[in-house]
Amino acid sequence: MLSDSEKNLRIIGTQIHYYFICKTKLWLFSHHIQMEQESDLVSLGKLLHEKSYKEEKEYTIDNLISIDFIKKQGCLELHEVKKSRTMKKSHEYQLLYYMYYLKQKKGIENIKGVINYPKIRKKVTINLDESKENELMDIIVDIGNILDMETPKPERMKICRKCAYFEFCWV
Amino acid sequence: MKKNYYLMSDGMLKRRENTVYFVNKDGKKPIPINKIYSIYAYGSLTFSSQAIHLLAKEGIPVHFFNYYGYYDGSFYPREKLLSGDLIINQAQHYLDHEKRIFIAKKFVEGAAKNMEKVLKYYSLENKIRSILPDLDGCNIITEVMNVEGRIRADYYQKMNEILPENFNFDKRVKRPPENMINALISFGNSMVYSTALSEIYNTQLNPTISYLHEPSERRFSLALDLSEIFKPILVDRLIFYLVNKRMLSEDDFEKDLNYCLLNDKGRKIFIKEYDERLKKTIKHRELNRKVSYKRLIRLESYKLIKHLLGSKEYKPFVMWW
Repeated sequence: MLSDSEKNLRIIGTQIHYYFICKTKLWLFSHHIQMEQESDLVSLGKLLHEKSYKEEKEYTIDNLISIDFIKKQGCLELHEVKKSRTMKKSHEYQLLYYMYYLKQKKGIENIKGVINYPKIRKKVTINLDESKENELMDIIVDIGNILDMETPKPERMKICRKCAYFEFCWV
Repeated sequence: MKKNYYLMSDGMLKRRENTVYFVNKDGKKPIPINKIYSIYAYGSLTFSSQAIHLLAKEGIPVHFFNYYGYYDGSFYPREKLLSGDLIINQAQHYLDHEKRIFIAKKFVEGAAKNMEKVLKYYSLENKIRSILPDLDGCNIITEVMNVEGRIRADYYQKMNEILPENFNFDKRVKRPPENMINALISFGNSMVYSTALSEIYNTQLNPTISYLHEPSERRFSLALDLSEIFKPILVDRLIFYLVNKRMLSEDDFEKDLNYCLLNDKGRKIFIKEYDERLKKTIKHRELNRKVSYKRLIRLESYKLIKHLLGSKEYKPFVMWW
């Protein structure tokens, strides 16, 4: 049996990302009702990732977290590549979660996070502090609760129209 | 935009790098892999394992039809979209009799209401509306099937009033169809079945767990279930269109003492118009977005998934125009 805290860490970055965007999407995705395979936006994101940092290598750790690339410059620098800043908060927390995971599971203390927006030539540096760690712990518990419940009813938002789940939610 | 490819002549599918080529007596035609949604093979088709590897990788089903245009089977690539939770729910809705019969009735209801719409377009009085309430009293699947049978009998009888005299028919006969309309219905129904199967493939639904038809009846019986709703819309209306516009005539059939089948030319005409229909779009009421008829079948799969997950009760698609 996994301990509660270990069980809590069976979460992937996408789930943290979706947690901030839409609970319905989080639930469906987590129960393997996945739609992204047909989404042009998702393919575009993948393409951007492949084209922007060709020389860098992607790291997947414990089959859970997938880091776009890593740099070692005094500390461990985790890099995430994103298309636009419209979902700023979810991007931040996704990366914070990676940092949190490496700290908790691998005991790596000195980590920095960088979100790269190659299209607008911007970089954002983020740091994991105690309050963010506490927040993440709450988020992880909350995700577990959401997934145990029935499918959350979708809420209509502006971003729905661009979502791969649009038809599924609203038909 | 991905599309269906219909291979009407004999030939071979070959792969070179990441392109599939259809090679026949007229030459070699490339089919860009990211343009293919499904392949319908009507001629005799040879393919290299390399071609199949690529089709499997891209998740493209190939549907095979024999010399007579009958559905033979499909190359159904390894499932990519699997959801254990959904499959358990799908099976549970089959095993629980109440749950199963609920869905089975919905499929019959959807099919019947669409048949009614078809007849209404030609201003034909019919008994469908008065037979349909009998569904409520059905407690077993055979009774549901029986109501469906009575609706169909009335429907097919009315079809004669839409068709020119030389195309009239007494009853629905399959395998082999013995007259032109039966030939068209059989041919069209097997196309809808394949289309529905491709749609199911692109969802997490398991195609073998069905509700109206028995899962043991045919391999992919869920495609039969979904087809019921779309047969009147996609096949029957197409038949009236083709026959009444004289786009199909007796010359497009091959007749023998005990069978009647579409010939090559007839098949080409039918398939072309069928595909046009699949591509045709309507403005969807709930989504407020244009969707194609083909996509309507996908949406039906989504509605079924939502029903199985308990997030929204399934209501069959009924034409609203």
